[in-house]
Amino acid sequence: MGTLHTEALELAYDSNVIIQHMNVSIPSGKITALIGPNGCGKSTLLRGLARLLQPRKGAAYIDGKAIHQMPTRELAKQLGILPQSPIAPEGLTVMELVAQGRYPHQSWFQQWSIEDEQAVEKALAITGMTEFRTRPVDALSGGQRQRAWIAMTLAQETPVILLDEPTTYLDLAHQVEVLQLLEHLNKEQGRTVVMVVHDLNHATRHAQHVIAMKAGKIVAAGVPNEVVTSELLQEVFGIDADIVPDPRTGVPLCIPYGLKGSSAGIKTTSLEAALANGTTS
Amino acid sequence: MASATVARPRGEMRFVRSRAALLLGLLLCVGALLLAMLASIAFGAADISAATVWQAIFAFDQSSTSHLIIRTLRIPRAVVAAIVGAALGVAGAMMQGLTRNPLADTGILGIETGAALSVVCAVQFLGISSISLYAIFAFIGAALTAAAVYGLGSLGRGGPTPLKVTVAGAAITAFLSSITTGLLIFNQRTLEEVRFWMAGSVAGRDLKLLVQASPYLIVGFVLALALGRQITTLSLGDDVAKGLGQRTGWVKILAAIATVLLAGCAVAVAGPIGFVGLVIPHMVRFFVGVDYRWVLPYCALVGACFLIMSDVVARLVIRPSEVPVGIMTALIGGPFFIYLVRWRVKR
Repeated sequence: MGTLHTEALELAYDSNVIIQHMNVSIPSGKITALIGPNGCGKSTLLRGLARLLQPRKGAAYIDGKAIHQMPTRELAKQLGILPQSPIAPEGLTVMELVAQGRYPHQSWFQQWSIEDEQAVEKALAITGMTEFRTRPVDALSGGQRQRAWIAMTLAQETPVILLDEPTTYLDLAHQVEVLQLLEHLNKEQGRTVVMVVHDLNHATRHAQHVIAMKAGKIVAAGVPNEVVTSELLQEVFGIDADIVPDPRTGVPLCIPYGLKGSSAGIKTTSLEAALANGTTS
Repeated sequence: MASATVARPRGEMRFVRSRAALLLGLLLCVGALLLAMLASIAFGAADISAATVWQAIFAFDQSSTSHLIIRTLRIPRAVVAAIVGAALGVAGAMMQGLTRNPLADTGILGIETGAALSVVCAVQFLGISSISLYAIFAFIGAALTAAAVYGLGSLGRGGPTPLKVTVAGAAITAFLSSITTGLLIFNQRTLEEVRFWMAGSVAGRDLKLLVQASPYLIVGFVLALALGRQITTLSLGDDVAKGLGQRTGWVKILAAIATVLLAGCAVAVAGPIGFVGLVIPHMVRFFVGVDYRWVLPYCALVGACFLIMSDVVARLVIRPSEVPVGIMTALIGGPFFIYLVRWRVKR
């Protein structure tokens, strides 16, 4: 359960076509990372998969059902999305935020059930937010705030969770905290996680499947070891980088040195040369 | 309203809200509303003793001037103030929740001015003199202005940000009110007919008018209160609400209809009265939180209390003469608006 795929998907903002004729499949039960430079369409793809964006052509499917044809509430029971840096209304408490995750499970007749209560408690416990339940979201630290939003998506109890840059604006410890939480959700609960990430090392370290995009097209997809190579980084990001195995886990680790073919890389060498010749000006 | 308080890092106090506390608070508000209505009936230009007020209500004597004042002037005035205040409070809360704009208010965003201009045009060009038709034109004006302000505020990068929408509202308000003034200067007859109404007052309003507006008011209130849960979800942002399975387009359309009905009725009955819809939701949210299932009924009650008390103060400050209540609400709301712009609007 929780397989996503697209067929000839075309996504656009007004007249600005971002993604054309895209065929991609995202494995179920794994963490998939979408990587690529700014404006390559990775967030757009995520929004398209989460029906926040209507496709111009083609379709996206979850377990074989067309996402944009499904009743939106039904889809919300299958797939949760955490948009990039969402803002909670001032004064909203953690508990109130997480309870919103139960929205698709409620109706006019069934306002708040035992199941809702349990789902919220569970989401709070998994994210370690139980002790902050009465705190306003705007009074939390960045990492806690992000955990609170993830807890909301968890309370939705969907097999698939999409996250748009879940670690942006967080410091290193909070980044690790959020990524470990996602790993835990994937391992312990078998949820399919799809995330847009900027840090390549996060992608290789925490994802089992990596999709590299450039200019609205998929350049490579597969396990991190095969996808993340120095040739790919040169092609997708235009950077000169070495790939070394992570000393502890063996996953590819990316060390960028400079922009490929630009003055940045050359400057370093010429400065070195200048220093070596002792002719610093 | 609060059962316990939690200290915040910035030293602010926050309230932990239980269902029981919220219900109790709502009852307290009902009590306060009744007291405010009594005050509104008891105080005025004519000195009437409490005992006479009591008799006028429960043992009406047609030959007594005091009784007549109570029955035909003060009670309608209190009722009109209560309903208009409630309508404006709820309309303001709906707009703020819907647009995630802390500055949203039917007055500031020009909706009341648009409704007023529409009524003035109806009187001037269509010769409408029945005040009961005012409501229809007020709705049309309110709806068109709301659409225009939202459209203008959405232009450019970043869509409808609070600041852009507010500036668009201010610009359209200035534009529309100058047209209204122009029309009134050039046509004495129209001026005579609407001058009293334009002042924004709850005094001298016929209860019949309220009765005629009541179907729209009831639909507006019921629709607004029914949308409470949806507004809470929508206030997390469009993308989050859609992701949770909300049909945001429908919620917005229904909420806009409720807002236009409430604001239009308020203007049709009392003329444009500003700032109630701005101040009340902020006050309410501070105590009640951001769950609109609670915020909306609280806004109705607190808005009613606020307008009644403003009206009582308005008639006491320069006794035996009185200030239009719209000026009183502006006196309180103006500084509050500056406070919001200065400290609360982040984008």
